[in-house]
Amino acid sequence: MEPEQGLPEAGPEYVLHLYITGATPNSTQAVRNLKDICERYLSGRVELQIIDIHQQPELARQERIVAAPTLVKKQPGLLRFLVGDLSDRRRVLALLGVAPDPHDPYIYD
Amino acid sequence: MTAAASALPQLPKAPTGIDGLDEITNGGLPAGRPTLICGSAGCGKTLMSVEFLVRGIQEFDEPGVLMAFEETADELAANVTSLGFDLKQLVADKKLRLDHVHVDRSEIEETGEYDLEGLFIRLGYAIDSIGAKRVVLDTIESLFSGFTNQAILRSEIRRLFRWLKDKGVTTIITAERGDGSLTRQGLEEYVSDCVILLDNRVINQITTRRLRIVKYRGSTHGTNEYPYLITEDGISVLPVTSLKLEHEVSNEVVSTGVPGLDEMFARRGLYRGSSTLITGTAGTAKTTLAAAFAAESCRRGERCVYFAFEESPQQLMRNMLSVGLDLHPYVAQGLLHIESSRPTLNGLEQHLVTIHKLIGQYQPRTVIIDPISNLVSVGSITEVRGMLTRLIDYLKVQGITALFTALVSGSHSNLEMTEEGVSSLVDTWLHVRDLEGVGERNRGVSILKARGMAHSNQVREFLVTDAGIRLLDVIIGPGGIVTGASRHTQFLQEQAASLAAQQEIERRERELERKRRVLEATIANLRTEFESVEEELRRTNLEEERQHHELLQARQRIAAGSNAHPGAHSAAAPENS
Repeated sequence: MEPEQGLPEAGPEYVLHLYITGATPNSTQAVRNLKDICERYLSGRVELQIIDIHQQPELARQERIVAAPTLVKKQPGLLRFLVGDLSDRRRVLALLGVAPDPHDPYIYD
Repeated sequence: MTAAASALPQLPKAPTGIDGLDEITNGGLPAGRPTLICGSAGCGKTLMSVEFLVRGIQEFDEPGVLMAFEETADELAANVTSLGFDLKQLVADKKLRLDHVHVDRSEIEETGEYDLEGLFIRLGYAIDSIGAKRVVLDTIESLFSGFTNQAILRSEIRRLFRWLKDKGVTTIITAERGDGSLTRQGLEEYVSDCVILLDNRVINQITTRRLRIVKYRGSTHGTNEYPYLITEDGISVLPVTSLKLEHEVSNEVVSTGVPGLDEMFARRGLYRGSSTLITGTAGTAKTTLAAAFAAESCRRGERCVYFAFEESPQQLMRNMLSVGLDLHPYVAQGLLHIESSRPTLNGLEQHLVTIHKLIGQYQPRTVIIDPISNLVSVGSITEVRGMLTRLIDYLKVQGITALFTALVSGSHSNLEMTEEGVSSLVDTWLHVRDLEGVGERNRGVSILKARGMAHSNQVREFLVTDAGIRLLDVIIGPGGIVTGASRHTQFLQEQAASLAAQQEIERRERELERKRRVLEATIANLRTEFESVEEELRRTNLEEERQHHELLQARQRIAAGSNAHPGAHSAAAPENS
């Protein structure tokens, strides 16, 4: 998850925080989906944090988390809350501004 | 609720501390369970829930969490500052936690299965961090505007209610009123254990707020609609019709302030703590009678609050001075408080609250409301009656002697009406009326009823003099009781008649005197006559005696042949004859 390339002034292109609630099916699914997306599309361009709000409940308030799991896209562009287990990959990719890979097995129509 | 309460465990309740609400709910909201407060915009849902939290902290030492979906913490704090609630201080004292849940549709995208565990965790964290016993979720349905998956939301909200119950926190959920149902989602009312409906109604341009308990699982509760108010001290519910008729009564009698009027009552006055109604047409000195009653109360050294809905205090005092009632010293001593306001200034409930508040503030023994008929301009007759019932109940429970005036219209005053229908509520009813004759109006007062006291049946004429009200003696003319000029005429006639009678008597006496003199003269005459007759008779007798004597002597001389001198022993004989 370290940013590999080094434009000195800019950090990683993507800053994504995933808030999960322990090991619930939705959370596990979301983590799996997000990891796959990052590997497939955003390799080296993303700063990803996975936060269990059961462990850090005060963060939930601070970060305005209501639903779980929630992926907060802080960069690029506007702040967005991607609510859900990220199974709708086409939608997630569109929201992240990434073109879908036709060979991606997880894109269902 | 003593024997029954100890026999069976009652549903535990969390007192709200809100004026009147605990009475309707028989002790408060169900403890550890969710309560729904629903109503349309501007009903005071948020305010009621905030007051529930603040009172919980201040009066029952139960910390609270306020989760607001619509207003930010700063906005909320600012909104309730006017009620004297310092939310920021409570937050600093770790008694209250404010959590603004911002849900913005434009920022949220749904990408699959989710739940609202984030909300649960936030809430759980807030509750645990201060050990909260009370929770308010201010308009949970805002979630529906942020998330589209209704099925998830509904099941999650059900789960939330369950979860709150398991946590054992007393919760208030607020909701907007929906069409044909209590809430927009038609969900919260089913999962709540208690539902309170707030309503904001405008009738004749006057707003009345009403509260009703729609359901309360496991407890009895007042079922009526109760007016409530948002006052400077928070929400005040008036559960007044729940009061029972079980007030203490006094056997003490207080004066009406008009001596002649006291005389009309068998016990020379009104019972303390009773309520009296003075009805009358315009200009029949109702206010003067009321002011006299107020002044009398002050004279006894008892505080009095005078609610004037027609005159300002200055005007009232000036006018009363003209009839010899100087109220200034009583006002200066603080014995008399005159509260003037236009009836249309407030709704009925607001008036009632003002009255309650002033009574609480001044602790008077006497309260005067002049007039109650003006309140009709504010509400419908049933509402006014309801309000007056509550007011009279309240005054009676407090043991305050009350006097109301009411204007009745029309000269043919149909007495049973007294539009407000309060006549059955009051203990004593005086009616002042115009006794209209030829070319003049006079005032008459009569007692229509006086519970528990014999009273005069007469219509007594009275004058408003510069020394107060004076009741005139009853004068009965040929056609009944007479008043005014007829009274005067009657008086003159009587005077003339009595003068004539007096003269007649004197004439008769003179006549008698004359007769007596005549008779006496006659008697004297007769006596003189008698005397002369007597004298004559005596002389004749004497003569006869002498003759008889001489005859006897002559006989003796003849018989004895001697010429003797008459003896001493026979000298008495003529005396005896």
